[in-house]
Amino acid sequence: MSISVAFEKARAEGRAVLVGCMPAGFPTVDGSIAAMKAMVEAGVDVIELEIPYSDPVMDGPVIQKASDIALANGVRVADTMRIVEAVAATGAPVVTMTYWNPIEQYGVDRFARDYAAAGGTGLITPDLIPDEAHDWLAASDAHALDRTFLVSPSSTDARLAMTVAHCRGFVYATALMGVTGAREQTSTAAPTLVARVRAVNPDLPVGVGLGVRDGAQAAEVGSFADGVIVGSALIRCVLDAPDEASGLTALRSLSAELAAGVRAVRR
Amino acid sequence: MTDVLLPDATGHFGPFGGRFIPEALVAALDELDAAYRAAKADPAFVAEFEAMLRDYAGAPSMLYEARRLSAQAGARILLKREDLLHTGAHKVRNVLGQALLTKRMGKRRVIAETGAGQHGVAAATAAAYLDLECVVYMGELDTERQALNVARMRMLGATVIPVANGSRTLKDALNEALRDWVASVDETHYLLGTAAGPHPFPELVRDFVGGIGREARAQSLEKLGGLPDAVAACVGGGSNAIGIFHAFVPDEGVRLYGFEAGGDGVKTGRTAASITAGSKGVLHGARTYVLQDADGQTLESHSISAGLDYPAVGPEHAWLHDTGRAVYEPVDDSEAMAAFQLLCRTEGIIPAIESAHALAGALRIIPALREELGREPVIVVNLSGRGDKDAHTAGEYFGIL
Repeated sequence: MSISVAFEKARAEGRAVLVGCMPAGFPTVDGSIAAMKAMVEAGVDVIELEIPYSDPVMDGPVIQKASDIALANGVRVADTMRIVEAVAATGAPVVTMTYWNPIEQYGVDRFARDYAAAGGTGLITPDLIPDEAHDWLAASDAHALDRTFLVSPSSTDARLAMTVAHCRGFVYATALMGVTGAREQTSTAAPTLVARVRAVNPDLPVGVGLGVRDGAQAAEVGSFADGVIVGSALIRCVLDAPDEASGLTALRSLSAELAAGVRAVRR
Repeated sequence: MTDVLLPDATGHFGPFGGRFIPEALVAALDELDAAYRAAKADPAFVAEFEAMLRDYAGAPSMLYEARRLSAQAGARILLKREDLLHTGAHKVRNVLGQALLTKRMGKRRVIAETGAGQHGVAAATAAAYLDLECVVYMGELDTERQALNVARMRMLGATVIPVANGSRTLKDALNEALRDWVASVDETHYLLGTAAGPHPFPELVRDFVGGIGREARAQSLEKLGGLPDAVAACVGGGSNAIGIFHAFVPDEGVRLYGFEAGGDGVKTGRTAASITAGSKGVLHGARTYVLQDADGQTLESHSISAGLDYPAVGPEHAWLHDTGRAVYEPVDDSEAMAAFQLLCRTEGIIPAIESAHALAGALRIIPALREELGREPVIVVNLSGRGDKDAHTAGEYFGIL
């Protein structure tokens, strides 16, 4: 399964792809699989599986807290493979967001091999820029995995072109100059950044992250981006729930609202 | 042999260093790099920095011959008295340099992370001196352990933000400061406290504190008529060590020793010795030695010295270790505290517990060095800071509080 299938399908339907994030092993490995299945059933198109990391500098307090819980409950990087298999079996593509050190310690090529075998589509690497990615460029080529690097409003035209040239699958546009976390308003910088990416490569889908928390915002972002990436708001459903069942109910409800949001605008 | 021109243009010391950071920070780091290179080449900037160090901070710090200590130790020991600088440690050199650079970049706000509070106090000092807004992130646990330093920072006009995430110590404060910077980079300079992090910080901080080694080298030539046999420094993030090492790196006859915080002992796992007990990895923007588990999750570090209590090390130390140019060994809490007491009693100098690690390590290498040289060795120890801030910890350790 390639992630481009999801983008092509959504494009045919005249809408953006809804990407929903969840940390691996949060609150447990089985609990995270149940959460991701619930998200897919409620209309999330692509699962962004986050590998929990002890020092997630790009993430806000919600993801850090969820990651800490997953790590405290003993999740290992190797568990990612089982989760990818289980979620991919639902038919939804899985892309994985990971800080670089866990991959380097697992072994870059070994991770790429195991991850491709499990059915994962590619990696989003928030602290790995193409400049430092030699090993990953080679491993992702060898195992036919997608590569999503981040672009930012502060990226120069030259860096943006260089970064986009190294991406495969989709480009991740960080819409705010800030860390992840649901916000009151999505960024006005986002449409400009998406347009800059399209000017470099009109065929590569652009996902926009950082900030979306409800259906209306999903519709707004979906009006100009190819992918609407939602993290903290979904994770909070599980984090704030008194028990697993009510967490899944909240997760289904928000996922459905977001799915309706991306369908509310024609592109 | 080590190339003294390192790092390369993209910030690598061999396989170490580089930039493992969000794209959102690249423009800011490029701006910093360009501003730093221009400043370094500008005689007016260099002169202003030197004048600040001389007239405000008290540099050059003296190279003091510790005669009673030497007699007890069986070596000629000279102490580089960074403890006598303004704010009580070598760190003032780094913060003055970066604060001056901040002004030059037209930014008006600095943020900093701090462990023991020393770098936070130094940053708040430089910000007050140069009229910059200052926000300091500090692990909540550290704000409790170092309440007086929190008060000092606030007296100096800084805002101190306790960080309640994770282990509530230095690395969490560093994460939080990075988050602030990603969101505020237009008007804010991140005043990093040690020679670590993404390029150009390891190089920039090394250069700003490099006066320690340049002074010590010139003072050695003047005082001894030659160079010392060895230079010893403590290593947490490693700024004081790289500061004194750098000028001596080309002097192949000068042995360089970095002493890491062993904590309870590297075998206990309760340690902060990243080179001795860690492995190659990526943390806080650079590839270096990291205390980590098999999955690359950062392990909590432990040391009696809050300033050395950090689970990684600056990338140039990783390189100096791998090339063999410098030797890194752990010094346990108890060994450091014995050296602390010895210096108090023989010289009337209360060192920072950090610096006591350097002294303890130097004492340990004397017998082997004496045998190798066939004479009494001459050792320069970087006394990177004073122990006023550690009176409580040391008082409790020795049972006198």
